[in-house]
Amino acid sequence: MPLPGESHSAYFYQEQVKTVERHTLAVIVDNEPGVLARVIGLFSGRGYNIETLTVSETEHEKHLSRITIVTTGTPAIIQQIKSQLGRLIPVHRVVDLSLAGAILERELALVKVRGKGEPRVEALQLAEAFNARVMDATTESFVFEITGKSDKLDQFISLMVPLGLVEVSRTGVAAIGRGPEGL
Amino acid sequence: MAREMTGAQMVVEALIDQGVEHIFGYPGGAALPIYDEIFQQDKVQHILVRHEQAAGHAAEGYARSTGKVGVALVTSGPGATNMVTPLTDALMDSVPLVCISAQVPTHLIGTDAFQECDTVGITRPCTKHNFLVKRIEDLPGMLHEAFRIASSGRPGPVVVDIPKDIQFKTGIYENLKGAVRTSYRPRLEGDERAIRYAVAMMASAKKPVIYSGGGVINSGPRACELLRELAALTGFPLTSTLTGLGAYPASGKAWLGMLGMHGTYEANLAMHGCDVMVGIGVRFDDRITGRTDAFSPNSKKIHIDIDASSFNKNIRVDVPILGDVAHVLEAMIRVWKEAVPKHDAAALVPWWKQVNAWRAKKSLRYQKSADVIMPQYAIERLYQLTKDRDTYITTEVGQHQMWAAQHYGFDKPYHWMTSGGLGTMGYGFPSAIGVQTAHRDALVVCVAGDASIQMNIQELSTVIQHDLPVKVMILNNQYMGMVRQWQQLLHGNRLSHSYTDAMPDFVKLAEAYGAVGIRAQHPAELDDAIETMIASKKPVIFDCRVANLVNCLPMIPSGKAHNEILLPDDVADEDIGDVVDARGKQLV
Repeated sequence: MPLPGESHSAYFYQEQVKTVERHTLAVIVDNEPGVLARVIGLFSGRGYNIETLTVSETEHEKHLSRITIVTTGTPAIIQQIKSQLGRLIPVHRVVDLSLAGAILERELALVKVRGKGEPRVEALQLAEAFNARVMDATTESFVFEITGKSDKLDQFISLMVPLGLVEVSRTGVAAIGRGPEGL
Repeated sequence: MAREMTGAQMVVEALIDQGVEHIFGYPGGAALPIYDEIFQQDKVQHILVRHEQAAGHAAEGYARSTGKVGVALVTSGPGATNMVTPLTDALMDSVPLVCISAQVPTHLIGTDAFQECDTVGITRPCTKHNFLVKRIEDLPGMLHEAFRIASSGRPGPVVVDIPKDIQFKTGIYENLKGAVRTSYRPRLEGDERAIRYAVAMMASAKKPVIYSGGGVINSGPRACELLRELAALTGFPLTSTLTGLGAYPASGKAWLGMLGMHGTYEANLAMHGCDVMVGIGVRFDDRITGRTDAFSPNSKKIHIDIDASSFNKNIRVDVPILGDVAHVLEAMIRVWKEAVPKHDAAALVPWWKQVNAWRAKKSLRYQKSADVIMPQYAIERLYQLTKDRDTYITTEVGQHQMWAAQHYGFDKPYHWMTSGGLGTMGYGFPSAIGVQTAHRDALVVCVAGDASIQMNIQELSTVIQHDLPVKVMILNNQYMGMVRQWQQLLHGNRLSHSYTDAMPDFVKLAEAYGAVGIRAQHPAELDDAIETMIASKKPVIFDCRVANLVNCLPMIPSGKAHNEILLPDDVADEDIGDVVDARGKQLV
């Protein structure tokens, strides 16, 4: 008889309540077909979380791409994620930016708001307050570009909801360590 | 020397340059150019199987019995999808495998062409790595890199998917064996400080145990020698996982028998009660640990592995040492000899006394019978009658597999082939084909169950065609024995679909294919039947009728700790349904 609320995992006997941490990982990979599928497949196959993921070629001559992943898990899971990523053949390095000291994290969002009169003026004022730039405008709409930490973007977007939010496109987090040292 | 040739020629050339003598495969439309090249040479011998899955398992058996990379060749579409099981099996048990799969021509990829499938997509999670060759210039490098990746670090399967037009295209081939094409460079040497720390921990242990696994065998013959040396030097008792059997001899002084779900009492209790555990090439999987929060609660754990993701995956360890087993053990023995010149063997006397008390339980004991062949007895007789020859044992999956692991004494590595991690029924017979191909004159016995053997029984045709005198000894109890045992244990003895109603006549079946069929029903007939099987120059199916309802014990039921092991004396077969609680019944 299954007990209510019990996990069916073979490991449910282990205590489940553990601190969940949020880590930002920089993964340097060969820019080759299928490499993103390997990384994403690893996360889905082993049941890890992906909060955001960005990827782009960063060193063209060396065919290297940088994947930035924000993930959550217990310290043991985070360690497993890093070890499992390290096993993938096209992965050159896995750097846990959250352990590497102070880091800069930035995300960009394009936010479309539609409205007239008072809400339209208010949207523009808020955009100024958040340092968002107007990228497109019609007499009844704006597209704002806003850059910042993810929670700042969250806040701006939630403020736009009552003012006529139509659509949002976000890039996910790009991250880099502070100071003169590279990875 | 660089030469111009077609892609199909490059495949054969690369196999020759890698020293491959045998490959296992099955042709089809997209693979025809490669098969045409195989036809026109005689350095690489091709074994034609009857189902691609068997090609994969045969390559696994070949690899595990030789330490070399096993090679399979299949066509596109169904050829490739039939390889998914052996690829996964090889990934789970870290078997070096290269699978060359043909693909539809590049211009047809993505059009749902005849016999097209997304091979690299399908095999991505079940390979160590895979390649889709899109340019002829990449082919030589990818072929050789496939062998390097498959065989180095933690070994595993690699797929090279080659579209048909690439097989026809002409390019420049160069022997790139050993050239490094990717960033993959596994670290072999262990960290000296960690090794010194581990040795200090071992030297002060009062209740140590060595827990050795398949990684020792994968590391090579040198690692197996060093394991034996370490055990002798330290005087520690030693147990092994299913896949590690033979690395340390079963006749050795330190030997406790296999550990885990169907391991011996002394091995499991030593793991539970030890103060220092030395895990070597192991991965602490659930069949070993049982209940993880009660696993070896009072020990410091040292873990040697070449795969960093093995550390702390299931069990937190105190001293992880990343590196190749042979390299690390070499350093460990050196440090031990420097730092512990006079090891106080007397300190381990109370521990050995305890271990011997556990041994005295004789947990592998079973009810003897004069009327029916007990399956354990059949394995014991097989061992006694084959131990003085060069004998390789493969198994299918189930009760017979566990009985073979428990009752056959493995003294040498590379002589035991079984599907551990994936538990693939249908593995044993094709695996034996691979072993026999590599060791023509050896005795190769596949210990099978009546259910498992039917999963790849068509390979009887292969052994006849290629004159491979594989012996299949079926412990025939008319049931899927392990399924039946679990149903008795967990599901009120309701034997849902674990009885095969229409069993073939295995003797006639063997004869139909041109093999030899033997049957034994009575204990008195057993030795003669085994002797006849061994003496035959042909493939043999030996239908060994054993007691039907025997349970495989000892057993640590899922969700139980090592010290909650069930022994044959503790529980009568008819009461076994009451020993697992509701929570344990949910586990696998």
